[in-house]
Amino acid sequence: MRNKPKMKSYKWLLPIIFLGIWILIYYNLQSITNWFIDDVLRLPQGNHLTEALRFFIFEVPKVLLLLVLIIFVVGIIRSFFTPERTRKALEGRSLFTGNIMASALGIVTPFCSCSAIPLFLGFVESGIPLGVTFSFLIAAPMINEVAVILLFGMFGWKVAAIYVGTGLVIAITAGWVIGRLKLEKHVESWVYEVKAGHADGEEEKIQLSGRIEAGYTAVKEIVGKVWIYIIIGIAVGAAAHGYVPESFMANLMGKSTWYSVPLSVLIGVPLYSNAAGIIPIVSVLIEKGVPLGTALAFMMAVIGLSLPEMIILRKVLKMRLLLTFVGVVTVGIVIVGYIFNTIY
Amino acid sequence: MEIKILGPGCAKCKTLDKLTHEVVEKNGIKANITKVEDIMEIMKYGVMSTPAIVIDEKVVLKGRMPSADELKQLLTK
Repeated sequence: MRNKPKMKSYKWLLPIIFLGIWILIYYNLQSITNWFIDDVLRLPQGNHLTEALRFFIFEVPKVLLLLVLIIFVVGIIRSFFTPERTRKALEGRSLFTGNIMASALGIVTPFCSCSAIPLFLGFVESGIPLGVTFSFLIAAPMINEVAVILLFGMFGWKVAAIYVGTGLVIAITAGWVIGRLKLEKHVESWVYEVKAGHADGEEEKIQLSGRIEAGYTAVKEIVGKVWIYIIIGIAVGAAAHGYVPESFMANLMGKSTWYSVPLSVLIGVPLYSNAAGIIPIVSVLIEKGVPLGTALAFMMAVIGLSLPEMIILRKVLKMRLLLTFVGVVTVGIVIVGYIFNTIY
Repeated sequence: MEIKILGPGCAKCKTLDKLTHEVVEKNGIKANITKVEDIMEIMKYGVMSTPAIVIDEKVVLKGRMPSADELKQLLTK
């Protein structure tokens, strides 16, 4: 191989250069936007359209920049966590500790709902308690990195932190409750007959350059998939800055109505959207006066529980266990929604 | 050489299946490619994240999509 050491320093260098450019743009974005709107386009200030445009031109690069940076870092972090390692970490844990660990690992372990079944089988087969497995299966889709970044970008770090925190609490308690209910016999019986091979001991050795590569891949895959939703979402948000009439949604989901939280959760559960697709809707809801708790509950219901995932899980869970799972998580989301509406 | 693509039918698994066929054809590799969708079969390889590639009954990659280059390296090793 030619010039290997040079190759290495190059791999290091590129992300650092990118980071420099990133910081430069990110912290000057407001002035760049103002310069573009006021000096290049010379639009009349204070005009509704101008301000909507200013919002759009500022928010799109801001959120995309955040997304690229954080997805890159998440991609690198995730290269340290494989489902196999997570399983090993969870083996032999007692119920409560196991629930906490499984929920936390659910955030960082790469997961796609199409792998839910092999993962479930792999966990159960190696003796990880059902409740602990569920904590993982609840946290993994619900606490989604794209959702967290978008919440951070559009509503600030407090909302993002609340989202992660409450998501963890729901995953931990729901998993714990399912564990306590002793529903093992409501797993489809063929699950226990699965003889899984163990390909352990052959973990791929990944070099630093491989991890940076994983970061790039994650950016390409995720940003490539969600950028369009983000632009649409921000466009909707920009348009909603006064253009949409006080809609029926706000009345329906408003704070004064006690049933707003359960109602929005019930609407959200069967809906399916990726995290990026739901944020625009949430931003409009909040803009239109829907309380934060209700909006977050709606969002959790949409991305945490979905019909396609339930259909997949039905293959391994008997109806009663599946319904218990959905029920426990739904109740958890509703409680979180109420708590936040009371605090805020 | 016996190549198996493990995956219950998600989008990535189909893409990997296609890519494998392409790489094999392009490089004139003599191989028999089968796609394994049965979950019991998949579990026998101890794979928890799909898609995965099995070459001659050995899991060589799991849980992600390789690039065409990486796949070529795996197949010609």
